[in-house]
Amino acid sequence: MATPSIEVSETPLVLYTLRRADDALILGHRLSEWCGHAPMLEEDMALANMGLDLLGQARELYSYAAQVEGNGNDEDKLAYLRDVRQYRNLLLVEQPNGDFSHTMVRQFFYAVFADLYWRAMMRSKDATLAAIAAKSEKESAYHVRHASEWILRLGDGTEESHGRAQDAIDDLWAFTGEMFAVDDGERALIESAIAVDPAALRPQWLKTVSGIVSEATLALPTSGWMQQGGRSGRHSEHLGHLLSELQSMQRTFPGATW
Amino acid sequence: MVTAMFDDTELRQRAWDVAASVVDPEIPVLTIADLGVLRDVALNDGRIEVTITPTYSGCPAMNMITLEIELALERAGFRNSRVRTVLSPAWTTDWMSKDGRRKLREYGIAPPQAAASRRALFGVEQVACPQCGSANTEVLSEFGSTSCKALWRCKACREPFDHFKCH
Repeated sequence: MATPSIEVSETPLVLYTLRRADDALILGHRLSEWCGHAPMLEEDMALANMGLDLLGQARELYSYAAQVEGNGNDEDKLAYLRDVRQYRNLLLVEQPNGDFSHTMVRQFFYAVFADLYWRAMMRSKDATLAAIAAKSEKESAYHVRHASEWILRLGDGTEESHGRAQDAIDDLWAFTGEMFAVDDGERALIESAIAVDPAALRPQWLKTVSGIVSEATLALPTSGWMQQGGRSGRHSEHLGHLLSELQSMQRTFPGATW
Repeated sequence: MVTAMFDDTELRQRAWDVAASVVDPEIPVLTIADLGVLRDVALNDGRIEVTITPTYSGCPAMNMITLEIELALERAGFRNSRVRTVLSPAWTTDWMSKDGRRKLREYGIAPPQAAASRRALFGVEQVACPQCGSANTEVLSEFGSTSCKALWRCKACREPFDHFKCH
């Protein structure tokens, strides 16, 4: 690629904010890939709308990360000029769209988590993070409802839709553990009441997810093994492909505007 | 110079009136004051500072609204005004004026109601058709033509309509 990547001084607060921003940007980009391809017009608009919400959340978070870092980076540089190993998102959100069931199960797992997360983050001692959370939780509440309704329809629908939904749950389940993991830097932020302790959200997440899944006549896997890596920059091969598309314009024509 | 003719309170009020006349580019019957997006107009060292808050994080209308406010103020003689966006407190449909709700209905968009049932995962909403007034309506999609709207249908007059979502 033509433009070199930027360097980011990842202090714990910058890293913490980037992780949230990257989740939102990457999942938002995945949803945008459905634009013009969804199974029906209403769903096309819903996926694009949710992608737009996520993009808005990402912009606020990137701007704040750049401000905290104070090295002359901005939201665009953080999104367009970091390489794949500098991305800090969950492995879950970079997984390919697959069929509609995979997209919806991924959305469901993330939205239930994000909704709990933003609500907890509203109590952060960091006023900017608390404000971004208060904005985002209103949006995530809609995302949870939308995804939940689809899980019910798919699981309790036809034999075909049930089978596909169950396959998606089985494929994506191993990526859910990473949502609740923290490293030492984040642990310190949790102790100073800036960051959210995701472990505290896990029982409620599991309760909501398993409630909808069983109502949908589906089942959660019993395996406890979980894949991790995204939070520290070790990604699946899918993220590089996604970024090559997301970043191609700014990498080829640095600073281009329209 | 406008500053020579007015005291600060009058200037601030004039600037408020100018900013308050800017309309939402996606719902042109509503001003940003009707919407509750306009939060404050202050006068600092002879310079107007307008504070607005976004309806939704990703709302693409915010950039345009910012530009429109600056333009309107410039045209009214206020030089070098500044528009600031704040996130807190987070915008809510409760801030939409009564007048705004009426204008929305007349425009064919069902206005938002009290946000009480928002948290109910499968809560049932009752939305009256803005065309015929019937309560016999159903939701087609929670996500409509813009971030702030859902798509509904009236089962009485058969017309589809937008509903401004509670937030």
